[in-house]
Amino acid sequence: MTTTGSNASAPSLDGTGTDRNATASLHQPAVPAHRRSVMPWVWLCAMILTLLCGMAIKVLFVDSGEGISISGATIFWDSGLSGNSFLNLTVTESQVNSVLVILFIFFLCRFLTAGMSVRPGGARQIVAEWLVEKASGLVESNMGPAYYRFAPFIAGMMALSLFSSLSSLVGMYAPTSDINIVGGWAVVSFVLIIRSKMRAGVGNYLKGFTQPIWVLTPFNVIGEVATPVSMTFRHYGNVLSGAVISTMLYAALGALSGLVFGWIPVIGDAFPPVLQIGIPGILSLYFDLFSSGLQAFIFAMLTMLYVASGSES
Amino acid sequence: MELAIAIILGACALGAGTAMIAGIGPGIGEGYAVGKACEAIARQPESRSPVTTTMLMGCAVAETTGLYALIIAILLIFVAPGLMVNRLLDAVGR
Repeated sequence: MTTTGSNASAPSLDGTGTDRNATASLHQPAVPAHRRSVMPWVWLCAMILTLLCGMAIKVLFVDSGEGISISGATIFWDSGLSGNSFLNLTVTESQVNSVLVILFIFFLCRFLTAGMSVRPGGARQIVAEWLVEKASGLVESNMGPAYYRFAPFIAGMMALSLFSSLSSLVGMYAPTSDINIVGGWAVVSFVLIIRSKMRAGVGNYLKGFTQPIWVLTPFNVIGEVATPVSMTFRHYGNVLSGAVISTMLYAALGALSGLVFGWIPVIGDAFPPVLQIGIPGILSLYFDLFSSGLQAFIFAMLTMLYVASGSES
Repeated sequence: MELAIAIILGACALGAGTAMIAGIGPGIGEGYAVGKACEAIARQPESRSPVTTTMLMGCAVAETTGLYALIIAILLIFVAPGLMVNRLLDAVGR
């Protein structure tokens, strides 16, 4: 995985010294040159196609309403059995966008790892190796070396959260501003946390609820259940509040530009709301870029800390 | 009837505004945490990145109560008025 390790253990594969010809003969015929050059661009086109698909769904199927409206995810399909809450299945905009984000991440991974070689050749492979190294380093430094196998899960969760929040940059409805999507992720983390707490035995886990004194059992149960709830609310509340504040600022700027330019005699009424250009972008830097990255990091970080501390106690 | 609906809307707006008083707490708490982190970085500039990471984690956890209030406020503004007005109209029978 790391290039420094291969340097010490297998110097013949590194391409340094006298084995350069052997390395070349070993790796050149394995992947034909034309195939190596085409496949990444196929995956890149698939990535762009995924984004275009999301935008097309937004344009074609979502009723944008009149003016500026703050509304939840559009429901594309439901089973019509609204009486039974278990059979009342729906397909919402956030679910569709979530699947599109998953596809986007899959194509991104294939794009970065297409045509890999033992000797790091292109920029894509270096980026992929850097990402893998960072994710494993983060997991190892926060959970300890015993949890090394958690790295793909943590990296996947972080990437899913990050790209879900960032998908609002291309105009899609961000799946993370829907409580159901983030709640699902929090349930996954909660199952992992309970599993790591039960490693010392189910009896010990249940006895932990009555720990200082048996009177406190209801409060301990509430504290246990509050973990996924607070993880859900933290992530979804941050993203949703950013979207609401951005929309409100957008509406206010439209009204303000109507006030400022409305007095112009002839074209005043039809003057475009020029104040809406650019100024919301400054707010978007914080809410879309910084907050998205921070919330993805915090969600993954809390999962790691809870899982690692669950097995210690 | 209009009076009842107006009372519902006004009470929802008042409740949302009152709920957001909870924003004071995380503001003070996070400000205190960031100030302490600045002190720590000033004392030991080489420990900048772990201090920043820990501070952001703590800020995110301290933010939780404020976000609970925010969700209550959002529910009161966007969800509760429609729900209550519908219930009122059902009770009256229109």
